[in-house]
Amino acid sequence: MRRATFAVGLFLALFLVLAFLTLPIVAIFVHASPADLIKSLGEPDARDALWLSLKTSLAALAIIVVIGTPAAYLLATRDFRGRTVVVTLIELPLVLPPAVAGIALLASFGPQGLFGSALHDAGIELVLQTAGVIVALTFVAAPFYLRQAQEAFAAVDRSLLDAARTLGASEARAFIRVAVPCAGQGITSGMALAWGRALGEFGATLMFAGSFQGITQTVPLAIFARFSTDFTSALALSGVLVLVSAALLLSVKMLGRSSVLGGGAT
Amino acid sequence: MSGLEVRVRDPLREIELDVDLRVNGSGRAAIVGPSGAGKSTLLRIIAGLRSPDPGRVVVGDEVWLDSSSGINLPPEERACGFMFQDYALFPHLSAWRNVAFGLAGDRASRRRGAIEQLERFGVGRLADARPAALSGGERQRVALARALSRDPKVLLLDEPLSALDTRTRAHAGRELDAALGRAGAMAIVVTHDFSEAALLADEIFVMDGGRVVQQGTAAELSARPASAFVADFAGAVVLDGTARPAAGGLTRVELDGGGTVNSTDLTEGPVAALVFPWEISLEPPGPSHPSSAQNRLAVDVLSVTEIGNRARVGLAAPQPLVAEVTTDSVRSLGLRPGTRATATWKATATRLVAR
Repeated sequence: MRRATFAVGLFLALFLVLAFLTLPIVAIFVHASPADLIKSLGEPDARDALWLSLKTSLAALAIIVVIGTPAAYLLATRDFRGRTVVVTLIELPLVLPPAVAGIALLASFGPQGLFGSALHDAGIELVLQTAGVIVALTFVAAPFYLRQAQEAFAAVDRSLLDAARTLGASEARAFIRVAVPCAGQGITSGMALAWGRALGEFGATLMFAGSFQGITQTVPLAIFARFSTDFTSALALSGVLVLVSAALLLSVKMLGRSSVLGGGAT
Repeated sequence: MSGLEVRVRDPLREIELDVDLRVNGSGRAAIVGPSGAGKSTLLRIIAGLRSPDPGRVVVGDEVWLDSSSGINLPPEERACGFMFQDYALFPHLSAWRNVAFGLAGDRASRRRGAIEQLERFGVGRLADARPAALSGGERQRVALARALSRDPKVLLLDEPLSALDTRTRAHAGRELDAALGRAGAMAIVVTHDFSEAALLADEIFVMDGGRVVQQGTAAELSARPASAFVADFAGAVVLDGTARPAAGGLTRVELDGGGTVNSTDLTEGPVAALVFPWEISLEPPGPSHPSSAQNRLAVDVLSVTEIGNRARVGLAAPQPLVAEVTTDSVRSLGLRPGTRATATWKATATRLVAR
C-alpha cells in the first residue's frame, strides 16, 4: 500500500514538472497558428533576426569549441597549482546575471572600457556591431561548453591515452584521435547547451551590442521589440525560435549518438 | 649490451621506488609482488609514461631515459609495446583499427597489416568488431596483437590475465606463454600471482615496498626464498619460531604457540620455517611409526578445498599451515573440518630464513 503511494507520488511529481515546463510552450502554439508562424517568417525584420541569430550563435559556438576544447582538455588531464581557482573563474559567468555580464563587457571592451582604446587603435569596433553580439554570446555560453567538455575529458580512461602514446602517437594525436572521440557524447551535449544558451541570449547582448535590425537584433531582441507593440507577432516569432531551438537540440543529440563523434564510447 | 637495464629512484605516495634491474637479451622476466609494491609504476617508467629523477632506462644500445644527461625519449619514440591491465582497447574503434592505430601507411595497407596481425593471434575474424562486442579472452588477444604491432624491442604486460575470469585464466595463460614465445620479443610481465610468473617468465623479480627483494628462476625462489615474504609469495607455508642447534647437526625450531620442527638449514635466533604444501603428508592422529620424516605436528583440520584431483587442506598446529594431498587421501583418511590429523614432512624440505 505504502509502496503504491510512493510510486503514485513519483508519477505525480513528474507530471507536475512536465506540465509546468511544457504548458507555456504549448500556449505559444495555441495562440500563434501555423499560418501566423509562416507569416512572421515573411516579415523582413524577423528574417533578419533569425539569420543574425543563426550566424552569431554559430560563430560564437565555433570560437568556443575551437579554443574551449583544448582548454577543457588541459583542465581535465593536468593537475597544477591554482587549478581550482581557474575552474571557478571559468564557471563564474554561469552565475552572473545577464545585466552584470553586459556591464562587464562594456567596462572591458566598450569605448571607455579597459581595452577600449587598444581595440579602437586596432580598428576593432564591438559595441553596436555584429561582432559585439558574438562577443556577448561567447562570454555567456562558453562556460556551459567548458564545463561539459572538461567533465567528459576527465571521464576518459587515462590508460587509453597512455595506450595511444605507446602506439607511437604524440600527445596531440592522442588528444585528437582518442580523447576527443571518447569524450564525444559529453562534448556534443556541451555544444548543445552552449548553442541553446547563445540562441536565447538577451540581456548581455542588449546592453553591450544594442538592438539594431540586421546588425545586432537577434531573435530574442526582436521578440522583445515587438512585445510592446504587437503581441501576436511576438508570439509568432517566439514559436519560430522554439522550433529552431528544438531542431538544433535534437540534431546535436543525434550527432552525439552517431558514430561520427564516437557514439557508444564509454 | 643487449637486454634491458632499469635504474630508478622515484618517491611514490606510500613508498619509494628504488630499483636496479637487468633483463637479458630476449629473456622474459616477471615482476611479482603485492599490490602497491610499485610494479606497474616500473612498467610506466620503462614505457616513458612517467619520468623519475634519478632514472635510467637502457634497451639494447638505446638510451631511453638518462636523467643525468638529460635524455628522456617520449613514449611514442620508445620501441616498446604495452599491454594494459584492462587492455585499454579504444572503445570507438573496431579491432582492426585498434591494431592499425600504430601502423603507418595508407588505409588499405594498414588494414591489411592489422588483419594479418589479428590472424596471427587467432582473432582475424573479429577484425570489424568493436571491443565492447568481444569476450575477455578475445580482448586480450586483440590487445596483444596491438601491443606487438610495431615490432617493439620490449613488450610490457601489466597483469595480463587479471581481467579474465578464473575459469579461462589457466588456458589463456598457456596461450599467452606460447604467443610470447612466437613473438620472440623481450617481455616483462607484471603480476601479483607467483604461478603466473612461473608460467610466463624465465626470471622472476620479487618486489615489495618499492624494492626488488629477490630475483631468480621460479625453482630457485621456491627452493631458496631469501625471506619469509618471498616464500609466502611462492606459495610456501610460513611458521614463525626460534631456532637453536640440535643433535645430529640439525636445527630445532620452537614454534610460536607450540610445537617444534627440525631443519637441515643451520641458523639461530628468530626464524621463519618454510615448507611447501605439497611436501606435507597427512596421517591419522596417534603414535609415530618409523619414518624418515623428522617433523610431526598434531593438527586440527580447518578446511578442505578440492581442486580437481588435489585438495588443499587448511590446518592449525596451532599456527596455520596448508597441506596439498590427493582427493583419494582425503577420502581414505576421512579428512573434514573438525577432525584431527598428524602432519609430517622431512627436515630436508624445511627452509629456515631469519626474521
